[in-house]
Amino acid sequence: MSRAGLIRTGVIVAALAALEAACRTGLIDRFSLSPPSEMAISAARILASGEYTRDILATFATVAAAAALSIVAGFGLGVVLYRFPRLKRAADPFLASYYAVPSFIFYPLFIVLFGLNRWPLVAVAFVFAVVAMAIASVDGFLSVRPILLRTAASLRLTRAQTLRHVILPAAAPYLFTGVKLTVVYAFIGVVAGEFILSGSGLGYRIAFAYQSFETATMYGLMLILLTAVVSVNMLLWARERRLHARLTR
Amino acid sequence: MLTGPVETLTYLGGLLADHEFQLGVWETARAFGLALAIAWGSGLVIGLLLGAHRLTGEVAEPILTALYSVPKITLYPVILLFFGLGLSARVAFGAIHGVVPVALFTMAAVRGVPPVYFRTARSLRLGPVATARHILLPACLPGIVSGLRIGFSLTLLGVLIGEMFASQRGLGHMVIRAMETNDVRLLIALALFLVAVATGAGALLLALDRHVGRRGAGPR
Repeated sequence: MSRAGLIRTGVIVAALAALEAACRTGLIDRFSLSPPSEMAISAARILASGEYTRDILATFATVAAAAALSIVAGFGLGVVLYRFPRLKRAADPFLASYYAVPSFIFYPLFIVLFGLNRWPLVAVAFVFAVVAMAIASVDGFLSVRPILLRTAASLRLTRAQTLRHVILPAAAPYLFTGVKLTVVYAFIGVVAGEFILSGSGLGYRIAFAYQSFETATMYGLMLILLTAVVSVNMLLWARERRLHARLTR
Repeated sequence: MLTGPVETLTYLGGLLADHEFQLGVWETARAFGLALAIAWGSGLVIGLLLGAHRLTGEVAEPILTALYSVPKITLYPVILLFFGLGLSARVAFGAIHGVVPVALFTMAAVRGVPPVYFRTARSLRLGPVATARHILLPACLPGIVSGLRIGFSLTLLGVLIGEMFASQRGLGHMVIRAMETNDVRLLIALALFLVAVATGAGALLLALDRHVGRRGAGPR
């Protein structure tokens, strides 16, 4: 492990120990915050009892569905914008200010449209995530060096072959960044939707535990969710760094 | 089930004169203004410190990236338990959404300044203040402005989500109440209003971003 990595581990461990001590000595009131050790025990108990397994699976399935749809549609949108530069010029201002609009305000509308089931969650996460993938794809395609395209032309590759053998590999790091953002945004969209207005899922269970003052359960569920999200993100981040290292070679 | 554009616009026109709506706008604007000031201010300071000291930056960067990716709504109950149900909780929730991207962008901008600039500053015998004013600030302004723009969007998102969950005030609360009473007309009018305001502010910041970016990319 690098020096920075060692220090980072030390900082995190120290912060957890300080938090534990502050809770144990009563510096932080027990009702507001459980000590980290109790959070871990509560999380283990929740996982072992299987009481929330259905909600956990529902959340992950919804995130997976939304992320998959966003990646496919965002990639397709990226290809279209790349092939029609005039369309891209027209769409640019909208794409750039897209994330200024808090897309969660459409969640109630999606419930009106799709009914109170998992589909409004998929829709809100999709709306939130798809543009990140589209922007990353088109940026990636545009970053392909012209010399590569000229080589492809001189080898008389067809459009499909150029895309498959030249553009995709060259744009891979950007595409992967898009995939990472899409997964992150899908998580945010689904969990926030569950929190605000839903009858199932991990987000709903955390909100429910908060409202019924079950602090231990709430922190246990929170720890499970955050651990899952951070692990997925770290895996994607490590893979992304390797891909981007290829760019500078 | 949905209302047409003309009907929505007429309804929104009437809504703008409505006292309750104005109160909601004021509540949201107040929370958002405070949250934005905190997010921009502390994000800049954190980003500058982390950018200036390489090792500290390397230690903190993955932690910040992880924080950025976490669905922060999960942490909202913790904030509510500490700040209570009120303005301060909504401000805090908006601010934690905005502070991370501002810090990350500022850090990257400071780090990205080529070392030769600082060597030039030293050879010209510029003091620390003059270096910051004439070298550091112009060189990293484009990156910082991009960060401020993203911080703006995320802070607004945070404040509105905060109002949608466990709040009695603001536009976010009005959206949820309109949904619960199945008032689709109000719902769409509110959505239109928020989209218009957010896109307008986003476009302004984007224009500033481009302006500064062009200047930064100018004669080197």
